[in-house]
Amino acid sequence: MIVAKRKRPARLRLDYELIEALIPDGAKVLDLGCGDGQLLADLIEFKGCEGRGIELDEKAVLECIQRGVAVYHGDMVEGMECYRAGHFDVVILSQTLQQTMDPPKVIREMLRVGRKAIISFPNFGHWGVRLQLLWTGRMPRSPALPYHWYNTPNVHLCTVKDFEEFCERERLEIVEEIFLTARYRPITGFLANWRAGLAIFQLQRAPQG
Amino acid sequence: MSIDDAVPISEGSRFGGPNSVGQVRTQYIAFAGPPAEMELECGLKLGPITLAYETCGTLSPERDNAVLILHALSGDAHVAGYHAAEDRKPGWWDLFIGPGKAIDTTKYFVVCSNIIGGCKGSTGPSSANPATGRPYGLEFPMVTISDMVRTQKVLMDRLGIPRWLSMTGGSMGGFQVLEWVVRYPGQVASAIPIATAVRLSAQGIAFNEVGRQAIMADPNWREGDYYAGEAPRAGLAIARMIGHITYLSDEQMHAKFGRRLRGRDGFGYDFKTEFEVESYLKYQGDSFVRRFDANSYLYITKSMDYFDLAAGRGSLVEVFEGVRTEFLVLSISSDWLFPTYQSKELVKALKANGIPTTFLEIQSPYGHDAFFLPNDRMSATIAGFLENVQRRVREAAAEGRRP
Repeated sequence: MIVAKRKRPARLRLDYELIEALIPDGAKVLDLGCGDGQLLADLIEFKGCEGRGIELDEKAVLECIQRGVAVYHGDMVEGMECYRAGHFDVVILSQTLQQTMDPPKVIREMLRVGRKAIISFPNFGHWGVRLQLLWTGRMPRSPALPYHWYNTPNVHLCTVKDFEEFCERERLEIVEEIFLTARYRPITGFLANWRAGLAIFQLQRAPQG
Repeated sequence: MSIDDAVPISEGSRFGGPNSVGQVRTQYIAFAGPPAEMELECGLKLGPITLAYETCGTLSPERDNAVLILHALSGDAHVAGYHAAEDRKPGWWDLFIGPGKAIDTTKYFVVCSNIIGGCKGSTGPSSANPATGRPYGLEFPMVTISDMVRTQKVLMDRLGIPRWLSMTGGSMGGFQVLEWVVRYPGQVASAIPIATAVRLSAQGIAFNEVGRQAIMADPNWREGDYYAGEAPRAGLAIARMIGHITYLSDEQMHAKFGRRLRGRDGFGYDFKTEFEVESYLKYQGDSFVRRFDANSYLYITKSMDYFDLAAGRGSLVEVFEGVRTEFLVLSISSDWLFPTYQSKELVKALKANGIPTTFLEIQSPYGHDAFFLPNDRMSATIAGFLENVQRRVREAAAEGRRP
């Protein structure tokens, strides 16, 4: 039997902590763009999860291996395609959606191999972003959007409203919505598309019919 | 396989150095004597069989720290350390095996097994045929990768190892690793196939066949019956030269040789060796014939051609059903003999079965043979993986379950 082993110290990043809180003990978890594998290693150690990662960066993959996290070095869509449908309880895409070439394909694939998907992304509808464009007439930059227009990997930015509409169109049920300010403080859903710097969505396929 | 002569031996890895396993010796087991000869995949029988191996490190009292190393086409059991203090070079994977190295012999008991069909101390076509007292030559039965693995299982039992903590091998060594896992799934806790594939590609078969044709076209080959006279040296050297091209990469050849001439300023307008790359290949070919048997080259390359993990076992996904072995699959970015996509094919089948699998494409310009060269990332990867596997295996044993 898989059991949670012990409590771990509090995290520096609240979004990680909130994502972790959404994941039940002992769950099978796939983390897309898992970086150095810290989130997965914690889920394995403190929640008794079975964790797998996919990561493009060779150096980050090496760190995963040293943490004992099983990881696939390569593209996330390619890395997901071989898993059987429903293999995972949860598939995580943390702050990477905006960098994927084909978000609908990624999300469909996430909800094929996983029963639930947790997706977080910077909200382009945040008031700071809107004001920067309006007042300065330049591409917005912020801690969540640190790049210039010419070197940004973010090719598919969206707002909270965009994403909610997308879920409706794709017939995805939003199980949970969590909003944080740009400084990772939790806020309510009130005027979230203005106030949220970061949004975390938990999705599942809407029941058929 | 080749340890590049240009790779320097670090101070610590010299004989008596703190990172060297020191002096080792080749050991042998003998089995399958008449009437209990081993029946091979081809239907013929072979026996008695001698299998050469070497070990370094110490088997733990719990017998849970044994790591098996499997070598490629032209390798041998001498994987690390020195046979004698005056040896010029250590074993073929000394860079990765020894105290403080990727496969740390202060933690793990390392076994390197040779293969039947070869010419490095195990029974092969140059061994005496008990029926005639003369070398087998072509009377030696065809051996396959699974035949090789079955003899290695005898070695495992003789050594009293209940389960391998891990096993690793590159190229054809990777074939053996995969065959081991599928044939004896409960006895391999983890596996590290490197620069390998689930079957040899048409391109791989093609290169092997050109090598074989070069040997068989040598008039000294005499249908394999040359042991009393001159060996087919020219043919074997050409086979090796062809093989060696496939182990390198375009980029590396350009960097290492370019179009430089050797020992002359201008073209000679003749057919003597003049480009540096020619001279390098000639050297590789000539030095190979001094240490390898042409018939063994024929037999071993053929065993590679025949290798197809899924043959007779259904689809590749079905092959790994019920396997609990943890995998670290490594490929090399510039390897065109066993390209990364072939490793990914393996990884997909493993993942489809929910087998814990880590895949890493090592960025290296050195082609297929890169796994013989110093590579800090590869060392750290293997070391980290083994450490975690050992921790998990020991935790599981303490809790009375098998991971």
